[in-house]
Amino acid sequence: MISAGNLTKSYGTFTAVDGVSFSVRKGEIFGFLGPNGAGKTTTMKMIQCVSPRSGGTLSVFDLDPDKHPAEIKQRIGVVPQETNLDPDFTCEGNLLTYARYFDIPAPLARKRTDDLLAFVQLLEKRNVAIEKLSGGMKRRLILARALVNSPELLILDEPTIGLDPQARHLVWERLKTLQTQGSTIVLTTHYLDEAARLCDRLVIMDNGRILEEGAPLDLVRRHAGEEIVEVDKTDTVITCLKGLDIPFEVAGDMVLVSTDRAHDLARILLERCRPTKMLTRPATLEDVFLKLTGRRLRD
Amino acid sequence: MLLAIPNVSPRAWHVWRRNLLVFVKTWKVNFFPPFVEAFLYLLAIGVGIGTYVKEIDGIPYVNYIAPAILAIAVMNSAFFECTYGSYVRMYYQKAFDAMIATPLSIEDVIAGELLWGATKSVMYVLIMLCVLSLFKVLVLPMSLLVIPVAFLGGLMFAALAMCFTSVTPSIDALNYPSFLFITPMSLFSGTFFPLALLPPIFGYVALTLFPLTHVVAIFRMFTLATLSWTIVLHLIWIFSVTAILWVLAINLMRRRLII
Repeated sequence: MISAGNLTKSYGTFTAVDGVSFSVRKGEIFGFLGPNGAGKTTTMKMIQCVSPRSGGTLSVFDLDPDKHPAEIKQRIGVVPQETNLDPDFTCEGNLLTYARYFDIPAPLARKRTDDLLAFVQLLEKRNVAIEKLSGGMKRRLILARALVNSPELLILDEPTIGLDPQARHLVWERLKTLQTQGSTIVLTTHYLDEAARLCDRLVIMDNGRILEEGAPLDLVRRHAGEEIVEVDKTDTVITCLKGLDIPFEVAGDMVLVSTDRAHDLARILLERCRPTKMLTRPATLEDVFLKLTGRRLRD
Repeated sequence: MLLAIPNVSPRAWHVWRRNLLVFVKTWKVNFFPPFVEAFLYLLAIGVGIGTYVKEIDGIPYVNYIAPAILAIAVMNSAFFECTYGSYVRMYYQKAFDAMIATPLSIEDVIAGELLWGATKSVMYVLIMLCVLSLFKVLVLPMSLLVIPVAFLGGLMFAALAMCFTSVTPSIDALNYPSFLFITPMSLFSGTFFPLALLPPIFGYVALTLFPLTHVVAIFRMFTLATLSWTIVLHLIWIFSVTAILWVLAINLMRRRLII
C-alpha cells in the first residue's frame, strides 16, 4: 500500500523527517507514535500528497505522490488533526460538498451521505449547522467525511483527540469495522492504549527518526518485559536495589523495575528493601514509549 | 518559478460551485447591497452633484457616471471577495486544507476562487444594470455588452486581490491595499470626472497603474453607445494584465500554502 525509503523532509536547515523507511501492508492498521514534533504529521502530509518530500522514495498504491497526486488522493480518506469542516454548510451539506470534490455523482453522494451519517450516529443532526455540534460530533462527522469516497486507504491524524470515552470507543469500533471490510488504516496518536488496542503494527518516532517498529505486544516484550513492579522512591529502596544489582528506572516519585517474574521479584523486594508502597502490573506500550523517547517534556 | 504556467484542472469549478451555493443560500443579504449602492450613487452624485454640474462634454452628468458605478462594482466585489473572503476561507475556516486533501490541487482551489470572484462581479453588475435601466441613464441593448467585460475585469481584480492575500501577514494588513490602492483608484480613474481635467501625469499614472481606468473607458463606450477603436487597446491591456496576475496569484498562493 505505502512504502517509504529514506524519506526526508526539511524546511531550510531544520529536518522534520530524517530518513525514515517503512511499509504499510494492505488491510492492516498501522500506527505512528511519538512525542510532539517527532515528525508524524509531516510524514502523514507527504503520504497525503499535500507536502512534497525533500528526499528519499515514497510510493502510495505504487504511485509517486509527486507525479500522480490526484489519482492517489482519489483513493484515500483523510481525518486531519485540525477540525476543518465547512462552517457554511450543515452536516449533510458538508458530506455532499465534499463528495463533489471527488467527482462522485449526486445520487450516489446522497446515498453515501445517508449511510455515513448513520455509521457515525449523526442521522438526527443531518440539518444542523456545524457550529451547533459538540467536539465529539465534529470529529465523528470528519470521520464520515473521510469515508465519502469509499477510500482504500484511510489516514487519521490523532482521530480521537479531545473525545470523551464514549465517543472514543465508538470511533475505535468503527475503525475496526472498516478494517474488517478491507480498508487499510494509517493513524497517529498520543494515546498509547489506543495504539495498543488498534494497531497491528506501529513505529515509534522521535526527532524525525524511527526508533522502533513492530507489533505492540512484541515491542512491550522486547523493551519492558512482561510485568512492571512499582515501588515508592526512597533512599532505602534505591540503595537496596543497587545492592541487589537490579536495573531500575525512576519515574516521578516511583521506581519502576521491569521483569518476567513479578511474583518472585515482589517477594524479594518486600523482604529485602522494605518499601512502604508497592504494586505490580502488566507492562504496557507506555513503558516502552517513555523508555525509548525519554521523560523530558516536549512542546 | 512565479511565472510558470499553473496546471489547473476542470475540478476548479467544484470550488466555484461551493462558493456559489453558499452565496445562493444567503441571497437576501447578497442581493441587497448592490441594489442599494446603485440607488445611493445615482441620488448623491448623479442627482446631487449633477444639479450643479449638469453635463460633461455634452453628456448629462448622471449618464456620465453610470458606467463608473458599474465599473467600481466590478472592482469592489471581486477585490473584496478574494482578499477578505478568501483569507477567511483559507486562514480561519481552513477550507483550502480540507479541499486539497481531495483530488483538488491548490492550483484548482485558487483558480476556483478567482473564477468565483469574477462571477460575483457579473452578478453585482447585473443587479445594478437593472436599477440603472429604470433610471434610463444608459443606452440599451448596447449596454448589455458590459456583462462579458465585467467577467474579464472581475477576473483581473480577483487575481490582483489574491496576490495581496498570498503575502498578507494578517487579515488587518489587507486594509493597506484596500485604502491605499482601491480607494484612490475608484476616484482617479476617469470615474466621476474626465482625467483630462488633471495635469497629464495623472492620466499616464491612471492608464498604466490603475486597471479600473480601462474598465471605465470600455463601459462608458457601451453605456453611451460611443464606440471607438481605442477599445481594442483597453481590451489588450486588460487581457495581458489579467493573464499575468492569474499566473502570479496562483503561484504565490502555492508558495504560501504548500510547504
